[in-house]
Amino acid sequence: MKLPILKYLAIATFSLFVFSCNNDDNMNQMTTDFSGTFVQKDQMGRPAVNTVFVSSASKNTFNTTVPSQQGAAFQSMFQTNLMGLSPAFANAVDKNALGLDAASFTGLLATDVLNVSLDGKTTFFDGTNVLTGRALADDVITVELLLIFGGEDFSENPTLSNDNVDANDKPFLTSFPYLASPW
Amino acid sequence: MKKTKILAVTIFSAIIGLVAIAADHIDAPATQGTSADITDFYAFQGEDTNNLVFVANIQGLLSPTATASATFDENVLVEFNIDTNNDNIEDLVIQAIPRDGKMYFFGPSAPASPGLNSFVNVSATKSEVAITPYGSNAIVATQNNMKFFAGPRDDPFFMDFAQYGAILAGNAPGFNNPGADTFAGSNVLSIVVEVPKSSIGGSGTINTWVEAKAKQ
Repeated sequence: MKLPILKYLAIATFSLFVFSCNNDDNMNQMTTDFSGTFVQKDQMGRPAVNTVFVSSASKNTFNTTVPSQQGAAFQSMFQTNLMGLSPAFANAVDKNALGLDAASFTGLLATDVLNVSLDGKTTFFDGTNVLTGRALADDVITVELLLIFGGEDFSENPTLSNDNVDANDKPFLTSFPYLASPW
Repeated sequence: MKKTKILAVTIFSAIIGLVAIAADHIDAPATQGTSADITDFYAFQGEDTNNLVFVANIQGLLSPTATASATFDENVLVEFNIDTNNDNIEDLVIQAIPRDGKMYFFGPSAPASPGLNSFVNVSATKSEVAITPYGSNAIVATQNNMKFFAGPRDDPFFMDFAQYGAILAGNAPGFNNPGADTFAGSNVLSIVVEVPKSSIGGSGTINTWVEAKAKQ
């Protein structure tokens, strides 16, 4: 074989190699396997809902019920557990500071999704905005304790309505990825 | 799980006196202590207010010793679900799944079908980030107008869960003041995604939740 032909062959082979590899996406899809069926094990919208309101025997079922069916399946259990748990909901006329009675409060919570505003401040509750997201520094447990135990004006059961842990053990970052470095 | 890790987790749990956990940490027997146990979920406006940030934390209560060997499970798909029309059925998903030291992301895109079973939507917008090793600075990828992170972080959740357990068990009349953060000094594995709001509905209110799904 003459040298020029060898050279052209080499260039052609090299070009083929480059051409077939320069599309990163295609290469990854050829070499990385993402196949298979993935079956639900756990889910979560709002903090502590499964932990607090779902009876022990139903916790796995709650995790594998799609949110659109959770209200019908679990609202009644939530209401029973709420009224058993909190003296602030012992009477039928009792409401929390959002003006929700036991039925409407548990109706809200049983569908375990996080409502998030795309138009402004995102917070679980900051005194003004209610359920517009969940920020890292939000004291979600005290908010939930107040709504469960605090009664109509947050004044009932003061020893049950605040865990007195108001902030994280490390400061959050102002920039991505926002969470603090690990211990 | 390796024996050393089980030991470390056991000792750590004993030290901080845990029985069971919130916010969603160890919420149910089938997920408790597994690689598919979601501990927490956050959704908030980004530093750039045109963006929204999603955080999923899994495998909670990692002691510093256990964190170095904690890994994302390649058989577990983490899925951020986004409902844009208030029927509590996902219209968009962002899927995250690890492969060989990287976390791959697909979406946001419409799921092939909503519900309990998923396929990885490999035809959706694909992004990736190297998983940050324990002890390294956070590795952040910016791709397709989105930002990505995967790796160990301090558990951002805080609560006097031990005292809450004591109250429920009838062993305490109320919380202490000051309380003690049961989650202080513990880590989680975090997946953080920042996306333009325009890619998930643009304005108004979305409903969102996170799922962990295991390969069948």
